Amino acid sequence: MSLLHLAIVLPFLSAVFIPFLFKGLRNIHTGWFVLLVPLALFIYFIQYMPLTRDGQTVTRTLEWIPSLGINFIAHVDGLGLLFAMLITGIGALVVLYSIYYLAKEKEALHNFYVYLLMFMGAMLGVVLSDNLIVLYMFWEFTSISSFLLIGYWYDRERSRYGAQKSMLITVFGGLSMLGGIVLLYIMGGTFSIQELIGMSSGFMTDPLFVPALLLILLGAFTKSAQFPFHIWLPDAMEAPTPVSAYLHSATMVKAGIYLVARMSPVFAESELWLWLVAGFGIFTLFWGSFNAVKQTDLKAILAFSTISQLGLIMSLLGLGAAALHFDQLDDNVYMIATIAAVFHLINHATFKGSLFMMAGIVDHETGTRDIRKLGGLVNLMPITFTIAIIGCFSMAGLPPFNGFLSKEMFLTGMISVFELDIFNLSTWGVLFPVLAWIASVFTFVYSIKLVFKTFLGKPQFEKLPKKPHEAPVGMLISPLILVALVIVFGFFPNLLSNSMIKPAVESILPSLVDAGQTVKVDIYFWHGFTPELFMTIGIILTGIVLYSTLAKWESIYNRIPHRFTLNGLYDGGLSRSETGGYRLTNGVMTGFMRTYLVYIFSFFTAILLSTLLITDGFSIDTSNLAEIRSYEVILGLVLVSAAVTILFAKSRLTSIISLGAVGYSVALFFVLFRAPDLALTQLVIETVSVALFLLCFYHLPEISRKEERMKFRLGNAVLSITVGLTMTLIAISSFSSRSFESISQYHIDNVYELAAGGNMVNVILVDFRGFDTLFEICVLGIASFGIYAMVRFRGVGRENE
Amino acid sequence: MKKPNDLILKTVTKVISFIIILFSLHLFFAGHYEPGGGFIGGLMTAAALVLLLLAYDMKTVNTILPFNYKIMTALGLLIAVLTSAGALLFNVPFLTHAYDYFELPLLGETSLHTAVLFDIGVYLVVIGITMTIIQTIGESE
Amino acid sequence: MEILMSIVIGILFTCAVYLMLSKSLLRIIIGTGLLSHGAHLLLLTMSGLKTGAAPVLTEGITNYTDPLPQALVLTAIVISFGVTAFFLVLAYRAYQELGTDNMEKMRGTESHD
Repeated sequence: MSLLHLAIVLPFLSAVFIPFLFKGLRNIHTGWFVLLVPLALFIYFIQYMPLTRDGQTVTRTLEWIPSLGINFIAHVDGLGLLFAMLITGIGALVVLYSIYYLAKEKEALHNFYVYLLMFMGAMLGVVLSDNLIVLYMFWEFTSISSFLLIGYWYDRERSRYGAQKSMLITVFGGLSMLGGIVLLYIMGGTFSIQELIGMSSGFMTDPLFVPALLLILLGAFTKSAQFPFHIWLPDAMEAPTPVSAYLHSATMVKAGIYLVARMSPVFAESELWLWLVAGFGIFTLFWGSFNAVKQTDLKAILAFSTISQLGLIMSLLGLGAAALHFDQLDDNVYMIATIAAVFHLINHATFKGSLFMMAGIVDHETGTRDIRKLGGLVNLMPITFTIAIIGCFSMAGLPPFNGFLSKEMFLTGMISVFELDIFNLSTWGVLFPVLAWIASVFTFVYSIKLVFKTFLGKPQFEKLPKKPHEAPVGMLISPLILVALVIVFGFFPNLLSNSMIKPAVESILPSLVDAGQTVKVDIYFWHGFTPELFMTIGIILTGIVLYSTLAKWESIYNRIPHRFTLNGLYDGGLSRSETGGYRLTNGVMTGFMRTYLVYIFSFFTAILLSTLLITDGFSIDTSNLAEIRSYEVILGLVLVSAAVTILFAKSRLTSIISLGAVGYSVALFFVLFRAPDLALTQLVIETVSVALFLLCFYHLPEISRKEERMKFRLGNAVLSITVGLTMTLIAISSFSSRSFESISQYHIDNVYELAAGGNMVNVILVDFRGFDTLFEICVLGIASFGIYAMVRFRGVGRENE
Repeated sequence: MKKPNDLILKTVTKVISFIIILFSLHLFFAGHYEPGGGFIGGLMTAAALVLLLLAYDMKTVNTILPFNYKIMTALGLLIAVLTSAGALLFNVPFLTHAYDYFELPLLGETSLHTAVLFDIGVYLVVIGITMTIIQTIGESE
Repeated sequence: MEILMSIVIGILFTCAVYLMLSKSLLRIIIGTGLLSHGAHLLLLTMSGLKTGAAPVLTEGITNYTDPLPQALVLTAIVISFGVTAFFLVLAYRAYQELGTDNMEKMRGTESHD
């Protein structure tokens, strides 16, 4: 276990102490303790920066399940480090913000911070694991912790709905991803991403390549809220705002982006990858921005905006894959798309994080997030207004903020499509710049709307639930730091270019680095009168026109009836599967145990008999049989007659004693079959259980009076005879056929050398197969406590009534 | 309830039950080399205790052997899990056992196993659950 | 011998299933008991019943009966004991609460619906 592993699991470890700190030190806001974790991790990860800047990577291996090829391999490279710093950096700011956002008196902070730390650790695990199975494990952890955080105010119906929705969609995607991982393993024989990248060139022709690609993308798209899976993100806004700022803008939704970037070297040579990633990305960009305009809730606007910005990054990553096809160029211009993706990823985290915190401040101080009720807050909340305007202008892509730079690069990347003569991009590819431009116009419109409707316009304070005032300083620190970064990165983008962006791009496009190309990251404001500049001017002008005429064309949003929207589809599908499932269950589950047993036994015989028939599994081999001795026959007859007696017994006592007789004959059989341990155990157990049976039933006076013989029922008889017959057939074929050598000889040979024992059965129990025994005594413990509870806690329910 | 004359039963039980318990201990320790082991030992001990319960009433037995069998079950489970997990401290897989030979007073050279500790866990669990079951049912009447 | 045992196992299973399909709770429990006896014998029979020495290491003997099924059966016996005990108490408590051991009349008490 290296320090790096410790860093990844530190959030989980520290989460253990949170409830105690919360209970023990009520006077101090628990958030202050939590803050230390991301802060320490951030500082820890900074020291990796010089390493990755030089193109080095750090790999630490902790063996977990080596026999299955599953090891906890922590791998730090440019891409992983960038994400790790985002996670811990934004994490620290969000925790600081939450200290002022969530009151320590009212909120269940111990739950909140445990979930948040769980999430942080899971995210770190996702971005720093090299082993796909470990990555998948952390991936699902993010889904679960996100579920818990969205449902944090679980008494609200919308929170529960949002939590369930995000869980269903992201876990569905996660499971698909697991399928993709397994397919990759079948192709490459390893779970390590780095090793897979090394052998990726051979995958293209593999028949499993396309299914694996689709499944992995499904995982990435659901997590990153790409169309049509974006519907969970707006509902996830029910989470407390710090959570939205952290998970649903800066980190968790970027896990999908991370996965696409990380798996790019494996898949990106393929045409399908480029088209799917870029196509879904660009459409999501358009759809998100288009829908953001109609929203009236501050956080809903931001949610749709996040969806659209994620689409933007996704489309850039898709187009960036085109660079791989030009690895002989000296100056590969197509890399600009990947560079833009990484740069925008950082920018988006800064401005979207600050905007979410701004929305939280407005909500906190006015009591509402509905922009129809807000307006004119500029005089009351000047600092919040400054945060909002910088964030929004950066988001809209206006100079001099960082959003402008990455938006320009984005447009450059989109225009470069014209020059690509691969994969039909020169014809259909025209759609990319067009959609990008339209989406940017809508982005401009909603960004302007967000600021203007909230802070300018006519004040209407009488509609607000609270009297608005500026937020406390503590709440403003985090968004102020973020907008400061927006400006700093805007003016000095090259602070990032070699330290963070270049290493990250190099890990996304390793084959180009291997081909001897260098990633040149040089970001500057003025490019001259390029098409990008004219496009930006066009965006601003059209945007202003559209914003001022918003009232006239807004009605187009109402054209689509709810039933046909994706949300309608989701809700309908969910409720239909619920009612369908309910109906099916009601039809099958009659409430009678007999019915269930009939199901079980019918399926049992049907499956076993059909398998026997289909695989021609029935065989009989009389060559190796043990001889039949007369006393064995007699014992068999005793056993059978005792068993049959139970069927015809009138009194319960007879049945119980007959059962005992069966048990003792079985014990005698164990003696005959040279199994002394079994015989001993069986004898004692039989004694104790007969005593138990008698204790339970014979001493209950009422029950012993109502005795009657079982009525004969043909259906039952037929079913039970079929089961008996199946078992006989199986028993005969099981000793007659042997597909492989038994492990028993190993036990016999090694009992003395390995375990220093003589009694093989006992050695197997406690040593060779100790797990069996361990779980067995657990089962016994559960049974005994169950019995204790049943008898002792009777009538507790009744007292409550 | 009429009181049956069980003088013989009581007298015999006094002697027999301790013989059974001793035998069960023998079975338990012999388990590694001869038929026996935690399960059988535990069951045998439990059977002896059941015999005591049959001969005397619950109260008497409880005063002679004031064990809390639920705690005994939990203790057994704990011992078993800890023994298994102890292997992790020596960087070998869960449940790996070790043994060595020692010179003990009276017994001479004997092999000592960590497997025995595990078996003690099993032994305690088996006694614990059997007695919990019997006691709970018995007391509920 | 194996074939004879197979038939015995078949009969045990037949009786067990027939009992389990009946209405009486006690018979169902007895049925599960019979079922586990059948399963234990099946496990032993599967590995063949060739007679060898009992699986306890003894000087000069190399031919032992198969110890593995015996270990599995030992586990199974103890588990089935736990399960049977649990069922018994369940039945006993159900009888006390509901006043019947007829499965088709068990419909919960008035307080639980």
